[in-house]
Amino acid sequence: MLRRLLPHPLLTALLTVVWMLLNNSATLGQFVMGLILGLIIPVITAAYWPDRPVLKKPMNIIGYVLIVMYDIVKSNIDVALIVLFKSNAARQPAWVTVPLDLKSPEAITVLAGTITMTPGTLTADLSSEGHALLVHCLDAPDPQAVCQDIKDRYESRLKEIFE
Amino acid sequence: MEMIAEIVITACLVIGGFFGLVGSYGLIKLDHPMARLHAPTKATTLGVGGVLIASMLYSWVFETHGSFHELLITLFLFITAPITANFIAKAYLHRHEQEEVLPDPQGDKTWAVLNRPAFSPEPEETQKG
Repeated sequence: MLRRLLPHPLLTALLTVVWMLLNNSATLGQFVMGLILGLIIPVITAAYWPDRPVLKKPMNIIGYVLIVMYDIVKSNIDVALIVLFKSNAARQPAWVTVPLDLKSPEAITVLAGTITMTPGTLTADLSSEGHALLVHCLDAPDPQAVCQDIKDRYESRLKEIFE
Repeated sequence: MEMIAEIVITACLVIGGFFGLVGSYGLIKLDHPMARLHAPTKATTLGVGGVLIASMLYSWVFETHGSFHELLITLFLFITAPITANFIAKAYLHRHEQEEVLPDPQGDKTWAVLNRPAFSPEPEETQKG
């Protein structure tokens, strides 16, 4: 019963928060309105979410977000330095294959997005059966180290959160 | 207090403007389509981020009630930027990159972009009619 009324509790919470942010107010009225939307929309769209992501350790998301934000700032500075001071001939671009241990599509999506936002790497494609990511590096003297870095820094943490 | 806030807001605006400029310059300077993708997806994140932080601080310190819209803009930006980059990269792979140039997808046959199902007609044939 609860499952039918509330098919996606996380989506309900997210929709409520987004509605309140959109209205830029934290009044009770807006909260109730957001909650109503948050209750109706997941029920209507439930058919499009056949497999809902299950979060094993939701609290780890906070640590992950902090690490990624730190890396984004670092990556911005790195890329800016490369753009400004490194000649095109001296750059060593490389394609790297990152084999995936993750299975859930949501976790792979988050990993791909994270790779794109962080230092000098960009997700270009997924392999045909979904077991590896194709990553382009702006400047990678050692492509294997980049691959290992991605696996240690992000994938292991996502594995804890999602699987 | 207002003095400090003004300095912080100014610093955020200058940092944001600087990174936005570097990202745009990177588009011209880098010499390869894939390399060009790196400049706008990254350098611009901090560029937009700096402006958004400045805007949020300004609304909280100098206006009667604060604004949270900037958080939403950040959220939407973080969702859309990687997807856009991914689409552009896929289009590039389609048009230019040969399979031999790309590394081996360990364990699988090929990359999703290059994976043409057996039943699909060759592109040349579809163009004849």
